[in-house]
Amino acid sequence: MNYEQLIHETALADERLLVMTAENRALIRNLPGPLGARFIDTGITEQTLIGAAAGLALRGRVPVVHALATFLTLRAFEFIRTDVGIANLPVKISAFVPGFLSDGNGPTHQAIEDVSLMRGIPGMTVFAPADEQDMLAMLPAIWASPDPAYVRVTTRPATYQHAPFELGKAEIVSEGTDITILTYGMLFEQALIAKDLLTEAGYSVGLVNLRSLKPLDEAAVLNVVRGGSLVVTLEDHFQTGGLYSILAELLLANELTAKVLPLALKERWYKPGLLSEVLEYEGFTGQHIARRIGERLGDGEHTFGAKTKVIENEFAE
Amino acid sequence: MLRQAQHDNDSMTTEKQQALSELALRVREHIVRLSTDGGCFTGASLSCADLLVYLYADFLNVRPDNLQDPERDYLFLSKGHDVPALYGTFAELGFMPKERLANHLKSNDSIYWHPNRSVPGVEFHSGSLGHLPSVALGVAMDAKLRGQNQHVIVITGDGELNEGTCWEALLVASAHKMNNLTFVIDRNHFQANIATEDLIPLEPLAPKFEAFGAVVKRIDGHDFAALEEAFNGLPFSQDKPSVIICDTVRGRGLPSIERRADRWFCNFSSEEITSLLQELHSQEATKLTSETLTVR
Repeated sequence: MNYEQLIHETALADERLLVMTAENRALIRNLPGPLGARFIDTGITEQTLIGAAAGLALRGRVPVVHALATFLTLRAFEFIRTDVGIANLPVKISAFVPGFLSDGNGPTHQAIEDVSLMRGIPGMTVFAPADEQDMLAMLPAIWASPDPAYVRVTTRPATYQHAPFELGKAEIVSEGTDITILTYGMLFEQALIAKDLLTEAGYSVGLVNLRSLKPLDEAAVLNVVRGGSLVVTLEDHFQTGGLYSILAELLLANELTAKVLPLALKERWYKPGLLSEVLEYEGFTGQHIARRIGERLGDGEHTFGAKTKVIENEFAE
Repeated sequence: MLRQAQHDNDSMTTEKQQALSELALRVREHIVRLSTDGGCFTGASLSCADLLVYLYADFLNVRPDNLQDPERDYLFLSKGHDVPALYGTFAELGFMPKERLANHLKSNDSIYWHPNRSVPGVEFHSGSLGHLPSVALGVAMDAKLRGQNQHVIVITGDGELNEGTCWEALLVASAHKMNNLTFVIDRNHFQANIATEDLIPLEPLAPKFEAFGAVVKRIDGHDFAALEEAFNGLPFSQDKPSVIICDTVRGRGLPSIERRADRWFCNFSSEEITSLLQELHSQEATKLTSETLTVR
């Protein structure tokens, strides 16, 4: 099963579902034939795509829209906020190459404020699966929900056998007393490597795959905070407005404080290149993550293994 | 009722024109009464009053009792700031009680400067320009998917055509051969506070729409017979969207504010409202002393 097969099956079972794109067919290339008029390509028009999706949803449809994360959330932001958001329509946004996944494209294509923007829209839900397997487990519930939804799409192969998905629930991979890494999206893969490296070095390491940023699994995050470990927020997003901010808001609302290490992009776009180059340069490989956490803990002893080998992305526009 | 006399090929009867004119006069009274205690977009509302009256009273298959019918016609008011004309029309045609207009800008209701769906008959909220062409496109697409034949109409202002998304939606509508979608332009020749041709000239306008793949008719938007003739001709093509450019006059019906760049948004004193209502009925211009407002 892949993304295309899942959406095809879902569309066959539910006539409300429409597949729409602003000429970004990477995930849905084979569907125009089978879906016929229920496959709608508006051309390179993210704003019209979203406006038309709102109109279709107004008539009872569930449009799943496809385009690059950055163009959807930035170019079409006002259409998402004003047409989908104010009317609270069940438009489902499949945002392609979010965060580090736009690797070699350069800063025009870097959606690293998308979580911040989308979660600021009342009623909008925000999801970030760790890998393809995780995403396929999450999408049926996301598409079945009456809420508008933003999904950071990733089709990277899973390196971990995920638990079943429940809307609004995080996946607790492990609990730790020294360190807990909170993360979402494609960096889960590197977090898993970092967790193993840190565990080998003798630390007790927790790892949480948040899956859903809005609604947030507040109970799971508060449980981590109350455990007293160093909390690491790991994200391919600007430090402002993403997970670090989400955690800060939660802590303040609960009159709590915590020892927190934010690993995010602080006031800068990332250096474009092959994914392995990006992660290495920006310090987001498993080894770099482990080292940065070790540094924060004053660990001068461990080197956390050899350079992490990163599987490259396939180019797909 | 007006509806019974519709859709014939004969020119509009004098009785029907008279009935529509009287209805439009009552709608203009509502617009004037809304132009105080905070005010409203008076000039922009008066320009499209005749158009909205004609569409709801005569042409559209939209009534208070069929709003749940998915096969009814749809009208999207993208130029949302002229909502007093829409609400005035709705109040007269029984979509909403007239008393609700007294709640204008009050927190006990949702009657404010732009349309929203808490008022029966409003298909979608607007206010930010250039949005509803694409929303209407989506509704027209769904109507086609379901094999339905209703009209989907979107009214934009002429200043609104500065927004690229109007043209983007028309480009996509042409590509998808949306013959059930009609763009209606309230061509009152003003942007917010400046004449269109002095800021972002639109003329020649019809050829622009034609170049984007539509079939265009241009009419006097205050002439009910011309409106009927144009709308009864829809769709203008079996495989293209239609555009009707309605040449109108900003402030139409009140000579003291007609064609004035500074009478987009008006907030009059209660004395001025009284004299504007007299002007509306007598066509004798009122002497206004209220400060003009520049909103944009």
